[in-house]
Amino acid sequence: MDTSEDILQQASPGLIPGSGTARAAKVTRLSPSFISWLQAGPMMLVFLAFFLIPLVFVVIVSFWDYNEYQLLPAFSGRGYTDTFEGCIAQLPDLCTIAKTYLKTLKLCFLVWVITLFIGFWVAYFLAFHVKSKTWQMGLSLLCTIPFWTSNVIRMIAWIPLLGRNGLVNSGLVKSGLINHPLEWLLFSEFSVVLALVHLFTFFMVVPIFNSMIRIDKSLIEAAYDAGATGFQTLVNVIIPLAKPGIVIGSIFVITIVMGDFITIGVMGGQQIAAAGKIIETRVNALQFPAAAANAVILLIITFLIITMMSRIVDIKKEL
Amino acid sequence: MKEGRPRSFYVLAIFFAAYVLFLYGPMIAIYVLSFQGPQGGLTFPMNGVSTFWIAKLFQGTGIVDLGAAFRRSLLLGVIVMIVTVVLSVAAGMAFRRKFKAQGILFYSAIASLIVPSIITSLGISLEFRIIDDLIKAHWNENFETSMGLLTSGLGAHLTWTLPFGLLIMFAIFNRFDPRLEEAARDLGATPWQAFRHVVLPIILPSVIGIGLFGFTLSWDELARSSQAIGAVNTLPLDLQGLTTTVTNPDIYALGTVISAVSFTVIALALGTIHMLNKRQAAKGSDAGQGLV
Repeated sequence: MDTSEDILQQASPGLIPGSGTARAAKVTRLSPSFISWLQAGPMMLVFLAFFLIPLVFVVIVSFWDYNEYQLLPAFSGRGYTDTFEGCIAQLPDLCTIAKTYLKTLKLCFLVWVITLFIGFWVAYFLAFHVKSKTWQMGLSLLCTIPFWTSNVIRMIAWIPLLGRNGLVNSGLVKSGLINHPLEWLLFSEFSVVLALVHLFTFFMVVPIFNSMIRIDKSLIEAAYDAGATGFQTLVNVIIPLAKPGIVIGSIFVITIVMGDFITIGVMGGQQIAAAGKIIETRVNALQFPAAAANAVILLIITFLIITMMSRIVDIKKEL
Repeated sequence: MKEGRPRSFYVLAIFFAAYVLFLYGPMIAIYVLSFQGPQGGLTFPMNGVSTFWIAKLFQGTGIVDLGAAFRRSLLLGVIVMIVTVVLSVAAGMAFRRKFKAQGILFYSAIASLIVPSIITSLGISLEFRIIDDLIKAHWNENFETSMGLLTSGLGAHLTWTLPFGLLIMFAIFNRFDPRLEEAARDLGATPWQAFRHVVLPIILPSVIGIGLFGFTLSWDELARSSQAIGAVNTLPLDLQGLTTTVTNPDIYALGTVISAVSFTVIALALGTIHMLNKRQAAKGSDAGQGLV
């Protein structure tokens, strides 16, 4: 704790250089930029050691060779050629990797559309219809609390509802709507999408709410006064002004789903292939270069999606 | 004076209520099911009511060595929380001034947040494997591994919690009136005194919020731990391992116990934040009130 206190102690002398007491004079000898380094340095070091350097290793190892049980630090494109195996030979049929990415993109698109719809209207309700600040706080908190609890538990929670003998199936059978329990409710694409929406709509609600709460209410009144219908106000005033939040929320949801392997694994009964799951499978088979090559491909695709989306809005300005 | 509410209010209120039900309904279902009798199964209807399954977990006769995983997760969670709070507040202070590496740190944090967890996790595990190989080759042939809960595991969790901490600090200082601190300095406070007695009390409720994020995100972390935690498991990893094999309410009982810890921490944090806010409102000065 001592070091952090020292760092914080040097927080402000740069603001008022050369002021007052002897103690202040002593610290002002440190230049402001040095103090900033002391304050921000530790966090930067963590990102360097546990994020940036690991990313570099992913790229390097993706070009290494491997055998059944170990890494061979010699240049090889095998990680990539194994991954794209059959992609040209099998044409016009799609190879495994292409099929997997198409499936992942499809899941991604479904989850994006649904979370955007739900997230937009939940945020809209909180921002425009809940007038009291206390209620706004309380209801936002209600939406946030599940985010602080375990994702796996929130996945497992669907089993008693969607299982073969679950509440939904037994209800439907009893009511006579179906004769046999529906098999596609659990461990299927349906349950994967449902769980992803359940887990990650939060990432859509927060940024959209943040954008909406900053909209000047008099703009909306002005639109009404000028004769706009509710729908016209929504399309021409609210949606354009909430666009930064929509884009940021979309980036969160899309990147989460693109890299997801846990929800797809647990809710898909470990049967559905996805971009993130390939990496996990390769790691479990100790084929690290192949895993790394897949990680690089996923990283590139994710990066492309984000670049496309951040052209629409300057993220840094919105935070 | 009560204005009539538009019809859209009621439609959206119902939509919102349905969303909240969708959020909480399934969770509540498993909390209820974990209190079944000894003959209980994985679905409704309940088969008697008892604390059999919960007790079974604590006896250690259940499916996992709950005690050890519990202690590991708790230890890691607390350390992640402390490091997240300290590093985020420090870095947040730095961002109030311009400094050279500002952009790099900002984009590292954002990238760390949105680069898929499996990639970060794989990267950390590769990094530690390579370090291990180097140690084995050059210093100690019998060296086992440098991967572990408090090395690679801690680092993996921090890449997930620190971006949240930094973004919360941005939100705090967007609203913070720097004149309060300047006033303290004008009255002769040292930089440390100004921070300790003026800045920190004002931002304390939000700093507790950072701690809440730090602990809960670590306590439930899975994707980043998966490849980077080393030989031992945390509670969420044990829980995930059970999803494919278990056929009795053990797994719900474990889920309920994990959630109970989360809810206790959430309640403590929110309670403290509420108390601090009330105290600030009651005892805080009226400085700045008539100025703007």
